[in-house]
Amino acid sequence: MELSLATRAVGEHTVLEVGGEVDVYTAPRLRERLLELIDGGARRVVVDLGRVDFLDSTGLGVLVGALKRLRSAGGSFALVCDKEPLLKIFRITALDQVFPLHPTVDAAISADPTGAGA
Amino acid sequence: MATVKLSFSPAPVHVRTARLVGVAVARRAGVREDLLDEVRLAIGEACTRAVALHRQYGLPDPVYVEMSDSGAYTVRVVDRAPIEAGIGLAALAPDELAQESLSEDALTTGVGFALLAGFVEDLQVRPVEEGVGTEVRMVWPVRR
Repeated sequence: MELSLATRAVGEHTVLEVGGEVDVYTAPRLRERLLELIDGGARRVVVDLGRVDFLDSTGLGVLVGALKRLRSAGGSFALVCDKEPLLKIFRITALDQVFPLHPTVDAAISADPTGAGA
Repeated sequence: MATVKLSFSPAPVHVRTARLVGVAVARRAGVREDLLDEVRLAIGEACTRAVALHRQYGLPDPVYVEMSDSGAYTVRVVDRAPIEAGIGLAALAPDELAQESLSEDALTTGVGFALLAGFVEDLQVRPVEEGVGTEVRMVWPVRR
């Protein structure tokens, strides 16, 4: 399945819903969208991976890039993921220790340390 | 014994095709259903790595993938990039992963290797026997 991207605002948070396959071919589109959001002023970003059915190292690289960019801008970045195959990818790469990972969007927003929990 | 061979121009768009073929052949070979996600990811990582190396060195040569089910399911992914670039299973520590100085490319390479090493029990990365390049060889058990 092709990559799908949809953005919605929840309070002060920008939620990017990602679906389909995030790989070496589609990851540049994800990078572009995240950059657009950040350049457009989004500072509290939650990426919902709930509908992702494939994620590779290129996609992970893009997510780390967004995390760093937001951190250096004083913002926050969190991921929503509750699928075991995807969680295993985060564990194997040790990225589960880098990203705040939450089972739901609500959990991600209320756990935001920058204090804008809805 | 069945063998399926695939070679593709080193473009990201074809990596998905290689994954789909690799999983289809794995299923027919008798690889357990619950391993197929890992097969898909590992073949994707090996091909992504090969495509990245060919692009880095400006090599138009195709990436070669061979799948065979003689005794076990074996997948070989062969690139034609200079060896110094190819080997080097860099495992990155969590505190390195988030460092500002680490480029996205370096991070992706390190994470890609971590995924290969984590998902493939029987993994070898070695120089090709003839000419220039590296072979990533992955083996999964099959039901008989």
